[in-house]
Amino acid sequence: MSAEPVVRTALRAGSYHDSVVLMQLQRALAALPGVLDAGVVMATPANRELLAASGLGSEVVAGPDDLLISVQAASEPAAAAALAAVDSLLRVRAAGTGADYRPRRLSTAVQQLPAARWVVVSVPGRYAADVAEEALDLGRNVFLYSDNVPVDREASLKRKARDRGLLVLGPDCGTAVLGGTGFGFSNRTRRGRIGLIGASGTGLQALLSYLDGDEAGISHAIGTGGRDLSAAVGGITASQALDLLRRDEDTDVLVLVSKPPAPEVTRRLLGEARAAGKPVIVCFLGAAPPGGGWGNVWFANSLEEARGYALKALQERVGASPPTTFSTGGRWVRGLFSGGTLALEILLCLGAVLTPVYSNIPVTADQRLPDPLKSQGHTILDLGADEFTVGRLHPMMDFDLRLRRLRQEAADPEVALILLDVVLGDGAHADPAGELAPGIERALTEARAAGRELAVAVLLIGTAADPQDLQEQSATLERSGARVVRTVGELVEHTWRCVGERPRDPAETALAPVPLEAIRDTRAVINVGIETFAASLAAQGAEVVQVDWRPPAGGNEKMAALLARMKR
Amino acid sequence: MTTGTIDIDAANQTAVARMMAARPQLTGLGRARDVVPGMRDNLLLHAGPPIAWERMSGPLRGAVIGALLYEGLAADEAGAVALVEKGEIDFAPCHHHATVGPMAGVTSASMQVYVVEDAVHGHRTFSNLNEGYGKVLRYGAYSPEVLDRLRFLNTTVAPVLAAALDRAGGLDLRALLAEALHMGDEGHNRNKAGSILFLKLLAPHIARVAPDGDTAGDVLRYLGDNALAVLNPVMAACKAMADAAHGVEGSTVVSTMARNGTDFGIRVSGLGDRWFTAPAMVPDGLYFPGFSSADANPDIGDSTITETAGIGAFAMAAAPAIVTFIGGSPKDAVTATLEMYEITVAEHAHFTIPGLGFRGTPVGIDLRQVVELGVTPRVNTGIAHRLAGVGQVGAGLVRPPLAVFEEALVAFAERYGF
Repeated sequence: MSAEPVVRTALRAGSYHDSVVLMQLQRALAALPGVLDAGVVMATPANRELLAASGLGSEVVAGPDDLLISVQAASEPAAAAALAAVDSLLRVRAAGTGADYRPRRLSTAVQQLPAARWVVVSVPGRYAADVAEEALDLGRNVFLYSDNVPVDREASLKRKARDRGLLVLGPDCGTAVLGGTGFGFSNRTRRGRIGLIGASGTGLQALLSYLDGDEAGISHAIGTGGRDLSAAVGGITASQALDLLRRDEDTDVLVLVSKPPAPEVTRRLLGEARAAGKPVIVCFLGAAPPGGGWGNVWFANSLEEARGYALKALQERVGASPPTTFSTGGRWVRGLFSGGTLALEILLCLGAVLTPVYSNIPVTADQRLPDPLKSQGHTILDLGADEFTVGRLHPMMDFDLRLRRLRQEAADPEVALILLDVVLGDGAHADPAGELAPGIERALTEARAAGRELAVAVLLIGTAADPQDLQEQSATLERSGARVVRTVGELVEHTWRCVGERPRDPAETALAPVPLEAIRDTRAVINVGIETFAASLAAQGAEVVQVDWRPPAGGNEKMAALLARMKR
Repeated sequence: MTTGTIDIDAANQTAVARMMAARPQLTGLGRARDVVPGMRDNLLLHAGPPIAWERMSGPLRGAVIGALLYEGLAADEAGAVALVEKGEIDFAPCHHHATVGPMAGVTSASMQVYVVEDAVHGHRTFSNLNEGYGKVLRYGAYSPEVLDRLRFLNTTVAPVLAAALDRAGGLDLRALLAEALHMGDEGHNRNKAGSILFLKLLAPHIARVAPDGDTAGDVLRYLGDNALAVLNPVMAACKAMADAAHGVEGSTVVSTMARNGTDFGIRVSGLGDRWFTAPAMVPDGLYFPGFSSADANPDIGDSTITETAGIGAFAMAAAPAIVTFIGGSPKDAVTATLEMYEITVAEHAHFTIPGLGFRGTPVGIDLRQVVELGVTPRVNTGIAHRLAGVGQVGAGLVRPPLAVFEEALVAFAERYGF
């Protein structure tokens, strides 16, 4: 008797189980006699597609809170027997783990384990924010593993946490190591003196394992969730983490890893990093760094480079003194360059920290300067580009265009800083400094007369053997009032200090700082959701209470809506 | 009327505070016809929510027949059934007449009932006398020995108990219960300690008021042999406490849970006298030898008033011995109580559990929390045979259907404009 395999499904409406339970049920079903394959999923559209792709699809009507069980069996009786076994298999699992009472509510769990400072939340995204908010209301920090939390809820949760001196790591936070205890997906790593902050779980895990291999180890690793550094969230968690590790006496060096943040968030974070009083390695993966390092802040291109810098900083204990910030009153930087590549590198570097920067050679199309003759916002111009050189000499030889433009920019009351380059050498003008200095001096004098503080910085490229006399050129420029630097990196850092760095918002610094105990004391943890997280926390020696969480009103939306209204 | 602005939490605190403040005193006994409000000769009270003869289960029908025989209104079973079918007998829930009765709960006009007075709020509640084990009316038995036993209780035992209580100046049932919980009772299925306390408190008075030594001996033996002797006054006491919590505007506290063998019904403090019902379930438990769940009648009796008042299954942690009924371990008893804290609004000020560090029992079932968590109240119960007259076949655990709480929640939202 060889018949076609049959696919049969069963449904448990409004029945929530964590994915580990589902996996075990699936494995147990597949091991039953005559069963060829089995799928056990919460019936979300994506999961149903996966089932269909494995030949386990069905037309049964089900929603995301329904448990869908599908078996492919050699015969009808085998399929029926497998489906009949579902409930008893689920029960076995429940009984096997029910040694102690599992509270149904977070508030009960807190009563049961008052020492717990942390609540790990990994329930489905649509419920996760409510659970996280309850945890905050109960005065607990939240490790929010769940994803699919709306970004506005993330922002409001984090604002609430910030106001109360609590942390929300996540949503979509994969990894943290706090006080030697790994949360979510993490590695068992030696304790050391490097503190990590990361918007990326696997990025943190890579650094954890690199630094463990280096025998350096980490003090804490604080995951923020992938959207923390977006404009909508504003890097609240990253800021709190920077502040914590700055104060943490077990941490000597900080590493901040993230995708490129929103520009305003970058500005604030770098400002905070530079005020940290400890070396901070910054790795914004995917954005060209604005240079090698600014005082205590070092920029890394890759995780591996970040690791190298961190080790170096740890050994040398370098650059801990906070930098001075120049205040100029204006807002914008205007760069008038004769060298196209110099202009481009400046653009690329500033792009990481000041966006948008308009240009006639823009990094992205939306930063193209609409009218090359009129600057707007931050503007970096390559005056050697074709549109400026038609019918005239290259600006390395003819300074007329630059002097006019210098005057134009200096007259703009919004401008804080003007950048120029001077390239010496054979073929270039015989005395570039002599050409530029009077214009610079006049611009600065006029600005001062108008009650403004304007600054001019000049990038001077050349060698001591060049015919123009490097020393003399530099001296002439400095006498005119310009600051003279010799590398693009220095010019970028100076620009950052003049127009980029924003001092801490007093409203933010006035808020409750997170107590250091939040990251040091992880002896007790409450877990809501995926049970394997509870098991691995317990295996690391933490006392854990698992909340037996279910969707409110068993997923009955009508009842849940009524209850929500009755709670006010 | 308020629309959606009512403070449910405050209302619930008021309701449960009233429940805990109630001070039920057992003051005496009296004939139902004389003391139970609205009682009359052709009226039979029964357990649970309202039900017509046509839908009554076997044990309830048996008890009805037995009561009609006992009252002399019918000469035999056929006569009793004919009387009912002619419509000459009225039925009403005990709860509609300030009364509670275990299992079938059938109470007729000439039966003696305990009188309990709430010293704080002033209202009175009633319950009949417990018949003990074996073939008894409350399980639907109505054979001659059942009726003989009823006569003995009502004519011999009741007058002595009444005189003894009178001589004792009444008996504080809340204090008795609080002490019994410290002695391993939970007040519903296990009343061993409470019954012995009852015996201890009344014995000196019984010895003095009984007409003769034989009668005193009979009455003392009735109290001492029956580990459920105190159940009925305890139920009346719980009824007095629950009634104190009833009728608080805006409260979602459950003030009645009761079953008639066909339906499980609840009433809610802020929703007046409306019942919310759904088919009663068959308890999950252990059966006496020779019986199985196939013999079981759906859940029956007013004794869920104990859980309503924060004892019974809610106080399981105080009574680890009772877990043998459900084949569990003492840890399960603790778990049962811990779970009930999650659906209640307070911890009892007077009923405490030594094993939980003298934490108060969970009290005041909140409709909202039941629906939110999908956790229905636990109930410890005896299991009746589905046929009239067979009696108890086991004991175990049952929960009300979630539907009654959902239905009540919807009604509450409508009533208060949520």
